Amino acid sequence: MENKKTNLSRKIFIYTMKTLMILCTAITCILVLSLILYVFVKGIPNISWNLLSTKPSYIGNNIGILPDILNTLYIVLASLVIILPLGVGAAVYLTEYAKNKKVVSMIEWAAETLSGIPSIIYGLVGMLLFCQFFGMGTSIIAGALTLVIMNLPTIMRTTQESLKTVPQSYREGGFGLGAGKWRVIRTLVLPSCIDGIVTGCILSVGRILGESAALLFTAGFAHAVNGVIDGLASPGATLTVALYVYAKEQGEFGVAFAIAAILMILTIIINLSADLVSKYFKKRRSL
Amino acid sequence: MADKKRLFENIVHGIFLILGLVTVACVLVITIYLIISGIPAIVKIGPVKFLFGTEWASTAAEPKYGILPFILTSVYGTAGAIILGVPIGFMTAVYLSKMAPKKVRAVIETAVSLLAGIPSVVYGLVGMMVLVPAIRKIFHVPDGSSMLAAIIVLAVMILPSIIKVSLNALDAVPPEYEQASLALGATEVETYFKVSVKAAKSGIAAAVVLGVGRAIGEAMAIIMVSGNVPNMPSLFQSVRFLTTAVASEMSYSTGLQRQALFSIALVLFLFIMLINATLNFFLKKDREK
Repeated sequence: MENKKTNLSRKIFIYTMKTLMILCTAITCILVLSLILYVFVKGIPNISWNLLSTKPSYIGNNIGILPDILNTLYIVLASLVIILPLGVGAAVYLTEYAKNKKVVSMIEWAAETLSGIPSIIYGLVGMLLFCQFFGMGTSIIAGALTLVIMNLPTIMRTTQESLKTVPQSYREGGFGLGAGKWRVIRTLVLPSCIDGIVTGCILSVGRILGESAALLFTAGFAHAVNGVIDGLASPGATLTVALYVYAKEQGEFGVAFAIAAILMILTIIINLSADLVSKYFKKRRSL
Repeated sequence: MADKKRLFENIVHGIFLILGLVTVACVLVITIYLIISGIPAIVKIGPVKFLFGTEWASTAAEPKYGILPFILTSVYGTAGAIILGVPIGFMTAVYLSKMAPKKVRAVIETAVSLLAGIPSVVYGLVGMMVLVPAIRKIFHVPDGSSMLAAIIVLAVMILPSIIKVSLNALDAVPPEYEQASLALGATEVETYFKVSVKAAKSGIAAAVVLGVGRAIGEAMAIIMVSGNVPNMPSLFQSVRFLTTAVASEMSYSTGLQRQALFSIALVLFLFIMLINATLNFFLKKDREK
């Protein structure tokens, strides 16, 4: 009798847990699917050539997101150009040079701390430091520099991880042939960790595209079309900031959904390419 | 010649050292800036009045700067998001790690990373257009922009972090543990929940803490759904979080009001540092095994 009872309670436990697991997984999947579908259904009909290729004008009663697309492009490029040497350099230092354990753990702690700080705080500090202290004013370059600090840990981590997988024998071979340390790093180590650098870049582009709170006070909300050089020095809204402004301040939900759909498509592309890149390099490595 | 080469190598070493220390410098600069700009307002207003004042009226004729409503809203909102998000994320992680067929797992994992990549303003927009009207209708409240809407949005936003970190922890459980449990007569489901989950508990704790950090730091998604009125927290009322308090007034603030916003950021920063320390504690514990 006692045995039967425990058997029953075991069975109940097993079935409840199983049901809960499948239910929760289903909820997660439905959430993702319905989010994507909803944004696409609401947004794609609103995307038009006119929207993509013009700038907003009050007189012409027109809304276009060309300036926002350009600003996003500028900010992504500017951030990557600055962040690559910094992040890769830091990773190289950690794996190739650093001998002092305290320094290593300090740098790693700093990177972990940076990745935990919320973007609104980056926005504030970026505003104080780049816009005011360095006198850049509200500008794309100030926004890009803020994003550099934010994304530094990402590039650092991915590069570091792939540096760790570079076989020690490569380095020993290089040294054995009489190459100096820098030469070994430049010609042997860095080329074989290119996958980590590329993955880091893709992840950072994703984060930069999605960032809004850090840019609100550093890059501003202007909608002017500029060339690269003027563009960097002048304020400008990225796609995410433009979405926020159109939805929250101007009530232009059609435009907001169109931008949301574009961002969604970009997110999907970035995720897929990150997957593809890691698969491609894994294959190449195993050859 | 050899001297020249050594000098060159030393210079390169120095350059890399500097690049490595950039992150440390960034953390220092952020901390110092926040403290320098955050302290004056706290001193001027009075720490007790600032932290425990229940009224925020920064633009009134007689301005009042009490941020207790923001602190409590952030704490309750985060707690709500954790209560909603953690069970769902945890169960999904167990299913994916232990039971899901390989192909199903790959597909769902892709979906989860997509969820992590969606910009927060898109969450805000969907919440604004779907969640807020739904709450208004279902609960018959005058305005759906409320704490509840923010909690739901936050719960969805922290799901990917919780799933990913718990998944890693569960995957790292040595298969011998599970085999031993199965050999002793436990069924698979019992093994997963009574053995695997226990073995992965510090990793799962890290997932929860990471979720807390994400939720308390989120600004743009919840500014769009929470109504943004500095009320004391209540589920169906418009509320303002620590993050949204900074974001909503920054663009037009001046003088003491602006300084008070920096002080709010400092309080938020202290919360985050505390959460980071907890996270590191759990991660370290997880690694030690």
